[in-house]
Amino acid sequence: MRRLALVLAALFCMAAASDPADRLPDPGQEARARALFSQVRCMVCQNESIDDSDAELAADLRRLVREQVSAGRSDPEVKAYLVSRYGEFVLLKPAFSWTNGLLWGAPLLVLLAGGLLLRGRLRPVPVEAELSEKETARLKELANGQD
Amino acid sequence: MIVELGAFCLILALTLSAVQMGLSLAGRFLRSRVMASAGEGAALAAFAAVAVAFGALMFSFVTSDFSVANVAANSHSEKPLLYRVAATWGSHEGSMLLWCLALTGFGAAVAVQGRGLPLGLKAMTVATQGGLGTIFLAYTVFASNPFMRLLPAPVEGRSLNPLLQDPALAFHPPFLYAGYVGMSVVFSLAVGALVEGKVDAAWARWVRPWALAAWSMLTVGITLGAFWAYYELGWGGWWFWDPVENASFMPWLIATALLHSAIVTEKRGALTGWTVFLALAAFTFSMLGAFLVRSGVLTSVHAFAVDPTRGVLLLMILGVTAGLGFALFAWRAPALTPGGVFAPISRESALVLNNILLAAATATVLLGTLFPLIREAMTGEAISVGPPFFNLTFTPLMAALAVILPAGPLLAWKRGDARGVYQRLWVAALIAVAIGLLTYGLVQPRKAFSAAGIGLGAWLILGALAELAERTQALKGDGSTTLRRLIGLPRGAWGMTLAHLGLGVFILGACFETGWKVEAAEVLPVGGTLDVGAYHLVLDRIQGVEGPNYEAERGMLRAYRGETLICRPAPERRFYPAGGQTTSEVAICLQGLNHLYVVLGERRATATAPVWLVRAYWNPLASLIFLGPLIMAIGGLISLSDRRLRLGVGQKRKAGA
Repeated sequence: MRRLALVLAALFCMAAASDPADRLPDPGQEARARALFSQVRCMVCQNESIDDSDAELAADLRRLVREQVSAGRSDPEVKAYLVSRYGEFVLLKPAFSWTNGLLWGAPLLVLLAGGLLLRGRLRPVPVEAELSEKETARLKELANGQD
Repeated sequence: MIVELGAFCLILALTLSAVQMGLSLAGRFLRSRVMASAGEGAALAAFAAVAVAFGALMFSFVTSDFSVANVAANSHSEKPLLYRVAATWGSHEGSMLLWCLALTGFGAAVAVQGRGLPLGLKAMTVATQGGLGTIFLAYTVFASNPFMRLLPAPVEGRSLNPLLQDPALAFHPPFLYAGYVGMSVVFSLAVGALVEGKVDAAWARWVRPWALAAWSMLTVGITLGAFWAYYELGWGGWWFWDPVENASFMPWLIATALLHSAIVTEKRGALTGWTVFLALAAFTFSMLGAFLVRSGVLTSVHAFAVDPTRGVLLLMILGVTAGLGFALFAWRAPALTPGGVFAPISRESALVLNNILLAAATATVLLGTLFPLIREAMTGEAISVGPPFFNLTFTPLMAALAVILPAGPLLAWKRGDARGVYQRLWVAALIAVAIGLLTYGLVQPRKAFSAAGIGLGAWLILGALAELAERTQALKGDGSTTLRRLIGLPRGAWGMTLAHLGLGVFILGACFETGWKVEAAEVLPVGGTLDVGAYHLVLDRIQGVEGPNYEAERGMLRAYRGETLICRPAPERRFYPAGGQTTSEVAICLQGLNHLYVVLGERRATATAPVWLVRAYWNPLASLIFLGPLIMAIGGLISLSDRRLRLGVGQKRKAGA
């Protein structure tokens, strides 16, 4: 129950990311910061980005990201900085790395396996006793229409 | 007294489910029609018993009987009636009872409806359904009994979480569970078919209505959940790729794949093994969902009252049930007759491609949900998998699916005619590309991916219409023929057209809303103004509101477009003293299909006068996000009412299939 209350506490007053008091003066930088927010996890929250969360930690992280952005750091630099401070957990998009190979590779593997299986079933079907157009139309009528 | 009756009936239902399984198995293996019928009778009785138990629990919620531990923990006497009723399934215990109600309900429905089924298959299906009922009822009785008494009874309950006191969420679980558990029938039919060693066109036809019904319910359930998140959580998001959302989405994806592969099995007798596999997988994913939501292995914004012991039990249920199902599959599937071959360009090919893409999408969602656990177990490091991952993996798979979709229904079985499809679709393709390009050129700011999404949505809608035109020969010029054909079109065809159209509608809404929503936030004193997109908001005053079980501040605003007053949004910020929680009640002004979404934030004291944080969003075409899936679900239900599915046509054709 207490845990549930915590979850809810994290949910209440959301989207504090748009609080006018914290905004960067440069709209371009602010937009970049907002884009970064949605890729950074609020680590004490339940699977929320710092863009959505109103937890204190999220506010701290937003301040940190805004500082970095206004100091002229690029997006990858800001992310690298966050990872160096908080670990990979802070990024909502896992890195492309061998340890995450299964995660990124799975869709491709399934596609590949499916493609191979499909190939096994495909045969050029011989043209046999073609129906005339009239017959085809009649057949369709029977199949679709009044059965 | 009524509570004890409920507890008694629950145990009775457990016994009856076990009896149902025993009698039906005996009926199957002794080839005894009497035993099998007795098993069906037990299935009906088990459902009746669970229904009584469910009624008893609902009664104790409605009358606020706080001597029941579950009521005391999840209800409050000041709560409105609707939410006292909905609180019946608002807790872990109550929702397990709802699960059992749906499970025995579907068991009873198979017993009653499955008249056309051969004795062996039907008995095995009812037996499996009984087995599932036994397991889940045992779990409910012994590990999550909602009828536990509390002594001494508290004077007041602890209330249902106020975020959940909402009409959309009151009806979200019943639909979701009907969908989840509806897959159990498909699972049982698959087990039955594997035991009988016969998967043919007739079997596929028996599976389809159950899969369709469950899929439609699940679609409605997920949409209600997304809609709730949209207007209740207060930042306009509707899908977060949260583990719990994923848990409900995976069975949906598998069921969608199953609906399509079952068509191939029904019409062409092909993909038999794969269809059975999907039938087993759909309910397995439902159970996985139940486990993920309740075990607490994953952190999620929606997690239920979390209890690791119960989680372990649910994991065991999942392991045993799915394990037995798939072991049976591994043993019997090789004996199934493989279907016919087909050319690379054929409807079979298109449907197989659909299945490959949906399977890959499911694998993506599954790994996206579980990989953090795997990775932590392997390396000890925690990682997060969030929306950016899914946007990069899931979205392209769905885009590929959307690209091939309109061609599928126009291809012939076995050997299709690519030229013919091209002739029927080039106009639709041209218009869709034009719409995409126009969107890219005209809508500011320029967004290539969102514009491409709009083009795809248009492609699906136009493709569905082109297919309808083809079926009714609308373009051949003869109006009366078209009308006659339109009326004579089988409901199954309407269902498909609507489902595909609905997907297009959804994609249009989702891409437009995500790509071009406008957000604005300001701290406003009374009389302050805020601009969002083309709209202009004025905060007139703040009103105190006494609700039945909350106190609220209500912002009275006026919204203008140019000089015209278009609506008076009145968002609220509510405080529920029972649980000490605050929620926000969003105000949404509908402007056609677009939403002007206004949220009242916290009050801030300043030196001069109090100010309020007001946030407003302009969500273009947001209605389509929820209308699309609704159209899909309606398509499913219309298809379900098709004559071919209602009558036992399958049996007559069995000899020829």
